[in-house]
Order: sequence, then C-alpha cells, then structure tokens
Amino acid sequence: GSLMMISARAFGDNAQMKEHHYTGPVEHKFSPYAFNGGTVLAVAGEDFALVASDTRLSEGYGIHSRDSPKCYKLTDTTVIGCSGFHGDCLTLTKIIEARLKMYKHSNNKNMTSGAIAAMLSTILYGKRFFPYYVYNIIGGLDEEGRGAVYSFDPVGSYQRDTYKAGGSASAMLQPLLDNQIGFKNMENVEQVPLTLEKAVQLVKDVFISAAERDVYTGDALKICIITKEGVREEIMPLRKD
Amino acid sequence: MATVSVRQYHRGGFSFENCKRNALLEADINKLGFSSPAARKTGTTICGVVYKDGVVLGADTRATEGMVVADKNCSKIHYISPNVYCCGAGTAADTEMTTQIISSNLELHSLSTGRLPRVATANRMLKQMLFRYQGYIGAALVLGGVDSTGPQLYSIYPHGSTDKLPYVTMGSGSLAAMAVFEDRYKPNMEEEEAKRLVRDAIAAGIFNDLGSGSNIDLCVITKGKVDYLRPHDVANKKGVRTGNYRYKHGTTGVLTKAVTPLNLEVVEESVQTMDTS
Repeated sequence: GSLMMISARAFGDNAQMKEHHYTGPVEHKFSPYAFNGGTVLAVAGEDFALVASDTRLSEGYGIHSRDSPKCYKLTDTTVIGCSGFHGDCLTLTKIIEARLKMYKHSNNKNMTSGAIAAMLSTILYGKRFFPYYVYNIIGGLDEEGRGAVYSFDPVGSYQRDTYKAGGSASAMLQPLLDNQIGFKNMENVEQVPLTLEKAVQLVKDVFISAAERDVYTGDALKICIITKEGVREEIMPLRKD
Repeated sequence: MATVSVRQYHRGGFSFENCKRNALLEADINKLGFSSPAARKTGTTICGVVYKDGVVLGADTRATEGMVVADKNCSKIHYISPNVYCCGAGTAADTEMTTQIISSNLELHSLSTGRLPRVATANRMLKQMLFRYQGYIGAALVLGGVDSTGPQLYSIYPHGSTDKLPYVTMGSGSLAAMAVFEDRYKPNMEEEEAKRLVRDAIAAGIFNDLGSGSNIDLCVITKGKVDYLRPHDVANKKGVRTGNYRYKHGTTGVLTKAVTPLNLEVVEESVQTMDTS
C-alpha cells in the first residue's frame, strides 16, 4: 500500500475526513517597519556631555553589521543618538542635517542644542499618524556651556534630562544610571558632581553589562565626548555573541 | 424489556481538550491586556558529527527569554545513558524533561535486557513520545552515541520525525553551523579534526546567531569512553568592569530596629553523622 502523510487537521470533529483542507482565513500584511536593535545613552555633566551607542545592526536573529554606530554629529556642540528602525534613523538624520543648513543660511548662526531639540519635536509630530520608528536622544552643550540631554519618544514628546538611555537595552541601563548618577534609592551617600572620567568609565561599564544580557547589544561601543573643545570619539570592543 | 445503549464513537489517541482551552484562555487574557507567560526557549546552536572512532556532539550555552539572556551558561548536552548523550534545542523545559524521561525508561529497559542501551532504542522512544504529543512538546534534539552496532547520530524534530545522518545541526543557529559542516565535513575524520569541526560549527552559530552565545560545550563518545568537555572553549569572556559598585554600610537606611533576646538553655546534645559518601 502507499504511505499517506495526512495531518490531524484534515479530520473534522466527527472523525470523518474533511472534504477540503481549509485552515481558516489567514491575513497577510506588509509591515513598513523593521526593528534593527541598538542601544543609545546620553549623560550631561557640568561642562561636558556624552552620547554613546553600540555599533551592532541586527534584524530578527541575524546581524547586518557589526560596525554601524548610532551617534550622528550635528554641530560642534551637539550629537544625536538614534535607534529603532534603521531606515527611519537614516531618513530622519538626513532631514535634520538639511534643516540645520537651512537655519544656518537664514539666520547666519548654528542651531543651539535646545533649538535642535525643539525642532526635532515638530519634525516627529509632523508624522504623528505614520511615525518615524526612532528613539532619539540629543546630547550637547547649552548656551551657557553646561551639558544638556534631551530625550524623545517616537512622536516628538521630549524633555531635558541629566541622563537617559534609549533603545533595546534601555530598561537595563536606566535603573543603573538612576542609582549611580541620580543617587536614587541610596542614603548616606556624598553626592559628588559627576566628572568626565567617571562618566566615561560608568558608560563603558553599563554597556558591558547590557551586552551580557541583551542579544541586540554588542560588537563595539562608540562614545562621543562633547566639550567646549569640540567632539571627541572613543571606541571600545564589546561581546560579539 | 429492552435496553437501549448508544455507542460512543471511540476516537482514541491523545485528548487535546486542554489545547482548545488554552487557546480560549490565550484570547481572553489578551483582551484584558495581559500576556500569558512565555516559555523559555534556548535559541541555540547544537550539532553532531560521526567520526572514525565515534561521535562528537556540540552545543552553545545561551538560554533566552524573548530577546534577553536568561542563562549565560546552561547545559544543553543531556545524559541519556552511559554511552548515549542528547543535545536539545527549543523549549528548555521540554528538552530537559523529555531527555530525563527517556533516560529513566532506558535505564529500566537496559536492566531488563541486561545489555548496554542502543542509540536506535533511545531514538525510537523519543520519536514515539514526541509524535504522541503532536508537536506540542517543543523539543528538537540531536541524539548521538556508540553501541554494539557502532557509532550513530540522529536528529529528532518536535513533531516526531527523525533522520539518521553522519552530520546534523539544530536550533536557530543551525544554518550557520551547517554552513561550516557542508564546507569541511569528510567521513572517517580523526578525533582532533572532528572536535575542531564541531567547535567551529558551534562558534559560527554563537557569533552569527543572536539566539546563541557564550561558551562551546563538547561531548566526545567512543566505545567505552565519554569525554564531557564543559566548557571546551570559552568563546566569549565576560566583560571586565573597571568601576567599583560596592555599597558602603548604611547605604540602605535602617528605619527601625527591634532586638528580642531568646533565652534558651541547652537541655540535651546528640550528634548523628550523615553518610555523605
């Protein structure tokens, strides 16, 4: 006799074989978004700001690139970190750079960090009903030379922070920063102001920890250090698994 | 007076009533805004190869819960019998329990036959159990060992199909591992060459698949000897943090303290040693 391989679904409730093998309506849909992973972090100090991101670009269970940083330099005093859907990150940064040029040509001066933040909010809300799938964090120096961090949601809600983590490992980093920089949940601790060296060490350590537990974070860490001298970069390797 | 009896159509087989109930519960829970707990999967790259003197099994050591690493060093090569080991991918609880159940039944069977268990027996027991559960037990296994018939390697799928092959890979990193095998496998390799090949196949999964990571475990099974190498290769060392995050005493504030002395006196003392051999 022949060997039949028929699935259990071919039989109906009364154990008779169904005439046609109808599995029910299946809805197919095209999704305009993809999730490419990545974590960004920004810290503001007294006279400096840090914007850090990992450099892994992934999709599903695969890695597209081990060298795709998520920090984009906008001016000599401002860096933006963008994570989420890489296609929208690229388009959004292109739009911001164009708008920066337009402002420079109209007003004969560079945009301040605060102005860039306010502008980004309006750009994001402009696509309120088909959002940019991007988690933005701006780090820079304000008009008085003090460190500034502005964090956004995908549709443009923003606020100024001292420190903020965004992207895939944000839930792992943020509580640690709340404790180490914000001194939350601690008593009898001397609240010393954060120095640049301590901040860089802390950023490296939190990313090392994030790479242990978040599969999307790893490969390398890029830190953009913003001071009145300009923007300096530091790169450090992370776990590659 | 005649008795009328209505004969129920005997359907036999496994009852899937609970599966229907689970589907209903799943839908209701989502309406309330909660999500049902996700089973922990092992992501995983596992593989096996038959070489001149026996088989080499390999596995990574990462267990994931969604896209978060739940266990950085879990053991995926399970003991079945002294001469048979089994790598497991898929739902972590399923691979653990399934291999333990078959291991236990095989030991009893081995005592009954008076012989060393055969790999084909373990394969038959595993596939019959997995088929019985129609794929609801999410266990994808690589079974390998050496018995009186020689070295053997099987891959077993959650629905109960098996393949007897000279080299196999399973798990989310199986494509990466198979790419290495298809490039460099040849029959009747020496032990060192086979170990190197399996190590490289698992490494391909560890570095190129996000579901796999950490270390490489190996299990070399030959006639009369098993080398359980855990870890065989620490492919990823834990990152070294430079800062010191130790809290000083008093960081957690004490609100109130109440000391109650318990005034006890020793009435009788006896010592009984425990046999810890």
